[in-house]
Amino acid sequence: MSIVTVQLGQCGNQIGFEVFDALLSDSHSSQGLCSMRENEAYQASCKERFFSEEENGVPIARAVLVDMEPKVINQTLSKAAQSGQWKYGQHACFCQKQGSGNNWAYGYSVHGPRHEESIMNIIRKEVEKCDSFSGFFIIMSMAGGTGSGLGAFVTQNLEDQYSNSLKMNQIIWPYGTGEVIVQNYNSILTLSHLYRSSDALLLHENDAIHKICAKLMNIKQISFSDINQVLAHQLGSVFQPTYSAESSFHYRRNPLGDLMEHLVPHPEFKMLSVRNIPHMSENSLAYTTFTWAGLLKHLRQMLISNAKMEEGIDRHVRPPLSGLPPRSKMSLNKDLHFNTSIANLVILRGKDVQSADVEGFKDPALYTSWLKPVNAFNVWKTQRAFSKYEKSAVLVSNSQFLVKPLDMIVGKAWNMFASKAYIHQYTKFGIEEEDFLDSFTSLEQVVASYCNL
Amino acid sequence: MTQSVVVQVGQCGNQIGCCFWDLALREHAAVNQKGIYDEAISSFFRNVDTRVVGDGGSISKGKICSLKARAVLIDMEEGVVNEILQGPLRDVFDTKQLITDISGSGNNWAVGHKVFGSLYQDQILEKFRKSAEHCDCLQCFFIIHSMGGGTGSGLGTFLLKVLEDEFPEVYRFVTSIYPSGEDDVITSPYNSILAMKELNEHADCVLPIDNQSLFDIISKIDLMVNSGKLGTTVKPKSLVTSSSGALKKRHKKPFDAMNNIVANLLLNLTSSARFEGSLNMDLNEISMNLVPFPQLHYLVSSLTPLYTLTDVNIPPRRLDQMFSDAFSKDHQLLRADPKHSLYLACALMVRGNVQISDLRRNIERLKPSLQFVSWNQEGWKTSLCSVPPVGHSHSLLALANNTCVKPTFMELKERFMRLYKKKAHLHHYLQVEGMEESCFTEAVSSLSALIQEYDQLDATKNMPVQDLPRLSIAM
Repeated sequence: MSIVTVQLGQCGNQIGFEVFDALLSDSHSSQGLCSMRENEAYQASCKERFFSEEENGVPIARAVLVDMEPKVINQTLSKAAQSGQWKYGQHACFCQKQGSGNNWAYGYSVHGPRHEESIMNIIRKEVEKCDSFSGFFIIMSMAGGTGSGLGAFVTQNLEDQYSNSLKMNQIIWPYGTGEVIVQNYNSILTLSHLYRSSDALLLHENDAIHKICAKLMNIKQISFSDINQVLAHQLGSVFQPTYSAESSFHYRRNPLGDLMEHLVPHPEFKMLSVRNIPHMSENSLAYTTFTWAGLLKHLRQMLISNAKMEEGIDRHVRPPLSGLPPRSKMSLNKDLHFNTSIANLVILRGKDVQSADVEGFKDPALYTSWLKPVNAFNVWKTQRAFSKYEKSAVLVSNSQFLVKPLDMIVGKAWNMFASKAYIHQYTKFGIEEEDFLDSFTSLEQVVASYCNL
Repeated sequence: MTQSVVVQVGQCGNQIGCCFWDLALREHAAVNQKGIYDEAISSFFRNVDTRVVGDGGSISKGKICSLKARAVLIDMEEGVVNEILQGPLRDVFDTKQLITDISGSGNNWAVGHKVFGSLYQDQILEKFRKSAEHCDCLQCFFIIHSMGGGTGSGLGTFLLKVLEDEFPEVYRFVTSIYPSGEDDVITSPYNSILAMKELNEHADCVLPIDNQSLFDIISKIDLMVNSGKLGTTVKPKSLVTSSSGALKKRHKKPFDAMNNIVANLLLNLTSSARFEGSLNMDLNEISMNLVPFPQLHYLVSSLTPLYTLTDVNIPPRRLDQMFSDAFSKDHQLLRADPKHSLYLACALMVRGNVQISDLRRNIERLKPSLQFVSWNQEGWKTSLCSVPPVGHSHSLLALANNTCVKPTFMELKERFMRLYKKKAHLHHYLQVEGMEESCFTEAVSSLSALIQEYDQLDATKNMPVQDLPRLSIAM
């Protein structure tokens, strides 16, 4: 089944390009460590999911590019065409002349309704090209104006017009300081709206990926293109084909559906995050070997201690022992806090994957009490290696990972809202103080729900 | 891609404008090697086939035929505009986009605003409409003027109201040259305060600049260039004050160096909107992020580096130095010390080969020494444009919404009161039809209200930041 990607705003388009590039390079990689037939099945599955009929043999990404100003889309289209390996569809983009000015209200209330028809038309054409349609993957940031505001509007429209299809939003969490001044306002408006209309929110923090680039990949002068490539690697390792069961003969048909089924058992809990190991520069890769036991032990500790990468993991955090009195509610201030999960999915790719032992993830202490581990934990194993890594493991988790960052953003936005700073920029385009209050209320609810796990 | 129209009013405005167009052409010539009329150039220039008579000559794509500036030149004396039209830039301007008169405004805001305003209102409107028609998507008017004189100050602020009524959705960015203490126009305090009221009410964003600061920057550069230290030869094109490589090769005029600084300011301000980069910043984002309350729209600017040395052996610690310099009071284009006042918001617009990690490192480094208002502790807006300015490998423009503008305004008010208490020169104003004493009192109270807003913010400066109680949810 195919996934249609919608790339929104500068961030969405820049990342989207890297994702398709990573997917196709991996698919063409010669280091699959598996049989040729296996490789071919993998390539075919990847192609069906993300690319459509070749035109002169060049695969065309199943994507719709949307931005309110032309520079980024032009760049993205030409970079793809230059690669010679793939490209975007000729009529798959929608572009305007003047951007959204980092204003969520402008993206949502002005650009949205104004361009609704054109955008939905392009999306429909792309969906019609799919033989069998799995759902939407929407890439956007929440700090700016187009990705966030127009993204929220488009997702709502997709909910209305394609209520039977799944929607996963890939959202970029901005750096804690210094991208956009009104990023906290834009973020809370985006998250509260998407919580209602999207099926799952896959959140990536710029700060976390920046650290991965600095500490693990040893990049000296980190550019956005480096950051986007790490992100694309993480997403690729989630979305590339995987087997449906232990001893299956074909790749999963419905990636989005399966992800949602495993990870979003309850609509109140939609925030997912990704942890991927190993990450390292190509130079180091040649000299390192891994064992599944080692990788999985790290990954498990990353999950428990809420670490974002495999360095600096806090080893002291342990799951509570059974038989002891129930833990008190999660305090947002405690450092040594244990990260409770609702559901986890581990995807393993590479050599000897069948021997990997994931029992550690089935410990009931890791999970909240209202879901049995047998339902809360799943593992997908695939022989075919991903992107030059002989063994790689990725964890997609619905857990308390994002509570602290979310709480911080809500706090900062609340402080700013109390002084009424910048509110006139939003009321100018129809987003009133009440809308802000609604957003605050919904997000406080989400924070409270996750804290109470 | 959007277009912007530059409106240059009065002697000062037109002289700066002239430098701006010169440097803009130089920048585009450096970037656009193939001579194709692309979207970046179209933001400030039209491509016109001059063989076609009348209006039909605009060409939207393909090779550059003849570039015409998207500008409206207004002056109530003919001297400056005539000189521009006889100079090397004459072909860049469309002669239909001029409004001139003969007698001048006599350094009298009332004459500029009331007399010439009403006289030329229709013509002004017509020129604006024409320039808007030539634009696919007009985003911004850049108004350049001085505050101390008559035309720039009076007529310049009159047309703000016209623009607001006629083009309510188009941003009005005003670059205002404020009079220094030793200004030779006696009535400049009157003119400035009367103009400030209009700026308060009708401008979206104001970039105040004063001559003394520009002069200080030039002295600093001269000192540097003439110091004779080893390895301190400066690349001529890189001087923020120079127009080397541009069209105007004629005899340098006294204000040229200072005007070039302002021209560079405008070029850097719009660079991320015109050229590509990994983190773009359009003009509407400036207003959105830097103006937390409608009246507080005065932004103090600083440009670094002021020059680039030719000696390539000097190590590139310049990058971090560039960031530090942007916050020092020697680099501000207004006499102000932002480091010791309260920041409401700050924008860093970087050009050239600088990546996000460099930006982040410097923000982390400088943050502790800067005071931000309690509700905007992380009030940074950043942008990365890949195209550096001519002569540099990278540059930084910092725009600060900071309470350090307050002393400038307070000083202006004091000079005003000294004259006003004695009713000095008042009759020149009151004899103009439409002017009454109430115009003066209203203007002063508008300024006083603004100063009070800054006062209130300053009062919060050293208070501890408290987290406000949050909404509590019933579970």
